[in-house]
Amino acid sequence: MVNAWTAATIVGVVAGVVGFFVVLRGAAFVADAVPQGAFAGAAGASLLGISTIAGLAVFALAGALGIGWLGHRGRRDIATALVLVLMLGLGLLFLSFTTQYSLEIFSLLFGEVLGVSTGQILPLALLGLACVLIVLILYRPLLLSSVAPESAAASGISVTRMELAFLVILAIATSMTLPVVGALLIFSLMVGPPAAARSLTSRPLAALGLSVALALVTVWVAIAASFETNWPVGFFVGAGGAVCYAAGRMIAGFRGSRARPVVAS
Amino acid sequence: MSELLRLIFAPGFFSSAPVHVALLVGGLAALVSGAVGAFTVLRGQSYAGHALADISVTGGSASFLIGISPLWGFAGTGALAAGVMDMIGVRRPRGRDLATGIVRGAGLGLAALFLYWDTTSTRTTGVAITVLFGSMFTVSTQIIPLVSLFSVVALGIIAVLYRPLLLSSVSPELASVRGVRVRFTGIACLIAIALAVSLSAITIGTILSTALIVGPAATAFRLTSRPGLATVYAALIAVATTWIGIVLAYDSFTWPPAHNGWPVSFFVVALVFTAYVLAQLAGRRSARAAK
Repeated sequence: MVNAWTAATIVGVVAGVVGFFVVLRGAAFVADAVPQGAFAGAAGASLLGISTIAGLAVFALAGALGIGWLGHRGRRDIATALVLVLMLGLGLLFLSFTTQYSLEIFSLLFGEVLGVSTGQILPLALLGLACVLIVLILYRPLLLSSVAPESAAASGISVTRMELAFLVILAIATSMTLPVVGALLIFSLMVGPPAAARSLTSRPLAALGLSVALALVTVWVAIAASFETNWPVGFFVGAGGAVCYAAGRMIAGFRGSRARPVVAS
Repeated sequence: MSELLRLIFAPGFFSSAPVHVALLVGGLAALVSGAVGAFTVLRGQSYAGHALADISVTGGSASFLIGISPLWGFAGTGALAAGVMDMIGVRRPRGRDLATGIVRGAGLGLAALFLYWDTTSTRTTGVAITVLFGSMFTVSTQIIPLVSLFSVVALGIIAVLYRPLLLSSVSPELASVRGVRVRFTGIACLIAIALAVSLSAITIGTILSTALIVGPAATAFRLTSRPGLATVYAALIAVATTWIGIVLAYDSFTWPPAHNGWPVSFFVVALVFTAYVLAQLAGRRSARAAK
């Protein structure tokens, strides 16, 4: 149980930080596609008998770069959709080669936080730290290129390189959060709390902090509820993300046009 | 020549009943998905299509729980989600993506719960796989009338609303000046997408159905910039990839490593992706018009 709390806390922090940029860049679809595609990596890893997190990382990176490459040449949403389904298709193929999948696939897709082992905590913490560090180092250029690409380019920041950095961060965050909350629902955690935070405050740093706090509350509540009811943790994460978003929208609407976010798209 | 044919079509292909059903249902689903997909791509709603596909997992798993045809579950939740998305949707594309994502997340959360109940309350442990990845060769013949009905409705929506849809996709402002009810056509289009998704979902699975909606249409817009022609191309490409996928899957029963066949859905998705990349490399500049 201690493992579950530790893992969930790390995941909550990373999702809150990375999610803030996902929302800021309007990259909802990519943030949704990379985890789902990475799921195929886990299936492949179990086929080859290597570590799940390695498989996840390889596929998450490949997916993110593939989206970047194809999206550069054509329409971004189409590139995302097609790379996503290709990776999912591969995942299905890998699954059809192995025989004992039914339960494992379910936990990979919908999360299995109570199954986190002590050995998994260290890599999780290291990856999480790497993720947060990259974001902190790149904070200013990343923020500027997300909010105002033109002026970022004018002040000498390579927008393409920032895009790539963002995709890599997303891939790392994905491969670490996936085994905990599940491929299909990482996204709820990455979008619900930050979207709520952004509609509550207009200052980027405050929004970032709020987003982390909300993400933490969401995972903690989800774990406690999942432990009580024995229902899948993904259900509570999905519901929590939606509640955060709805509450944020309502409060922002209540306040009226007074607090229009400066960083709005 | 006949040697070659035998190599392509493994013995028994044309006399197998499951193959007949798969060809018919898969073909219909692909036809509808391709045609509807053209508008999905034109309107930049790939993400909505994908989200509807994910959400229909909820309906699919619920229908196993209460014992009705999964097709009703797919279509029902799809239509419901389309309504909710429109309700909370913001006009700006970024806001729309967020609203879409939130609805999708909540829907999938429910799906997790339903699937969990499915696996614990009944003995059908394979439900998750069936709902998520489809089962082309186990489609029952009873479902054919329903599939035909849904196909006719989805194609009907597209055919009747063709002009206003096209206009409101390309220029919402111009459309509303001309008296097109933009919001109404928007919802009708989402419902057509939901129906197409539900059809694809029973063949290649819910989370892969995006492939048939987005892939062929995106490929078609690379080949031509005329929307009408692109719709036809998209439908043709979708049907072709599905049928070739079925043939390959039937052949693959003798392939390594497991000798129990590679999944049809994998072949369809791989073919769709290959078609898009080829069209991309052929790179006609005229496709810019589709933007």
